[in-house]
Amino acid sequence: MKRAAGSVSPTGLLFAAIGGAGLALPFVTFRENRIVLGEGVAAWAAVPPGAAAFCIAAILGGLIIGLATDRPWPRFGGSLVGLAGLLALLSASAEALLADALDLARVAPGAGVWMLLLALTLLMADALSALKPGPSARAAILVVLLGALAAVLASGLLADISTMQEYRARAASFRAETIRHLWLAFGSLGAAALIGFPLGILCHRRASLRAATLPTLSLLQTIPSLAMFGIMIPILGWVGATVPGARSLGIAGIGFAPAFVALLLYSLLPVVSNTVAGLDAVPRAAQEAARGMGMTVAQRLRTVELPLALPVMLAGIRIVLVQNIGLAVIAGLIGGGGYGTFVFQGLNQTATDLILLGALPTVLLAIVAGVVMDILVDATRKIPEESA
Amino acid sequence: MTSWPGLVLRGVILALVVALVTVPEAFRPVFAPVAPTPQQAIYTRTSILSLAMSHLALVAIACAAATIVAVTLAIAVSRPGGAAFRPLSRTIANVGQTFPPVAVLALAVPALGFGSGPTLVALFLYGLLPVFENAMTAFATLPKTTLDAARGMGLTRAQRLWQVELPLALPVILTGVRLSVVISLGTATIGSTVAASTLGEVIIAGLLTNNTAFVLQGGLIVGLFAVLIYDAFVLLEVWLARRTGRATTR
Repeated sequence: MKRAAGSVSPTGLLFAAIGGAGLALPFVTFRENRIVLGEGVAAWAAVPPGAAAFCIAAILGGLIIGLATDRPWPRFGGSLVGLAGLLALLSASAEALLADALDLARVAPGAGVWMLLLALTLLMADALSALKPGPSARAAILVVLLGALAAVLASGLLADISTMQEYRARAASFRAETIRHLWLAFGSLGAAALIGFPLGILCHRRASLRAATLPTLSLLQTIPSLAMFGIMIPILGWVGATVPGARSLGIAGIGFAPAFVALLLYSLLPVVSNTVAGLDAVPRAAQEAARGMGMTVAQRLRTVELPLALPVMLAGIRIVLVQNIGLAVIAGLIGGGGYGTFVFQGLNQTATDLILLGALPTVLLAIVAGVVMDILVDATRKIPEESA
Repeated sequence: MTSWPGLVLRGVILALVVALVTVPEAFRPVFAPVAPTPQQAIYTRTSILSLAMSHLALVAIACAAATIVAVTLAIAVSRPGGAAFRPLSRTIANVGQTFPPVAVLALAVPALGFGSGPTLVALFLYGLLPVFENAMTAFATLPKTTLDAARGMGLTRAQRLWQVELPLALPVILTGVRLSVVISLGTATIGSTVAASTLGEVIIAGLLTNNTAFVLQGGLIVGLFAVLIYDAFVLLEVWLARRTGRATTR
């Protein structure tokens, strides 16, 4: 159903409504120090009227361009214009509010900023999904957007925002915890792949092994993550204390090892069950053809079955990676490090900025991992979806 | 599926979890070997029963609200008038589920303060997406011939929705609800880090005092709850799917 040019996009109306509400809400909050409750400051209140009007015009302009139907490129451009206006206004508001305040004063994004950010990113997502980019185009868009984000963070435009102040106060430990978090998420994924792929191939061949393995692994998934991390502490403490050489490998009751093993156990089910499902879905005709060509079992597995099963297996890796990045936060509670350290420190001190310093990178990392894995799954798909 | 050993096993697990919740003292000898002292084998600061009840209540309220809202949205999006929202909804359902549950919980605290409130909201928000995604799939994959037949019988739009579409979509929707409930049961334990009263309190007390007995006690009860509820949903889905003649989706 093609609408006449000039009519209004229903999704655009929704984004404009969210954005309009966002402009009415407090734009930023100003606090005397990092713990006290803040007071809301409106979008136009902090900066000189001319600058405020310019930025608000950019935000509104972006949302209005978003009202167009069947024009994905201008709508994408509109979201960028709006985001630029939002960034400029946030940066200017923070600078103006802190200019004549005491050293300990903080400016944090308020409900208004978050609502506008939501409206504009939804607009961007809606425009991009209408463009239906292929895998390589999506990868290019992702790289450009991440590059823009890195440039904004490096430019110091947001340097006056409270979470960035929190970051500067602990830049070294932030780097260390980032590496820790990545090690937890990717290391346990690697270990799960090393164990899970062979186990999945064996389960595909032997029905009895499959009947025993898959229910056991799904039972592991029902254990609440908090308990799983907790149970690993005494088990690995015991291993570290009794098995010779384990301690020198860094295996101990608290810290990295229990978090790593807990994540590994959660990772096994998606890896194994997707390997089995992927191999099960290899078309019978392809297997027969490979056998007819005189391939050995090992050759068939390596050159025919695994390549055809790859997209489904990668979909399993996607589940694991996104899940691990999120669950690794809980490691912060048992001294395992990672972004959870900041989240739980922040919760203990009721310091919102510190919670955000841990939570925002986690969310970003999870989203990027999800998008990258989706691209890989699409790029490795060899047989058209409908015949798979 | 409903064989005798299966029924007996379910009965035993149910009896075990009821006993763990109502008479925790009886399990002192079981947990004593992993407790620092035999006196500290059982969590006594708050009654386990009240923690379990408020844990289940939080999950039930959040998931019920999430199901109602998500199914309503999915119905709206699957009508002809909602077509413009379909690609967007798919993106939101896909990207939204990559938000880590812990991060959703942590982000709810600054907005809502400590206690059961942020936990309820986080569980609700996180519970929306699996139900929404499954409900969208369910409405999009209804057999076309059946829908045409319903229209041919002269059913109105509302009648078609209530008498044909919803009953047929129900098994797939329930799969989404099951995912939501199992995730919520686990996430609610983490809610105790922001002072919600759930069974996570027992686990966290164990973590803080190096008492494995508490960790096991809390973890065991939540784990058994999850297994039982998961199983009940699967049985319900299979029964409904058989009744409506749809192939099971596990």
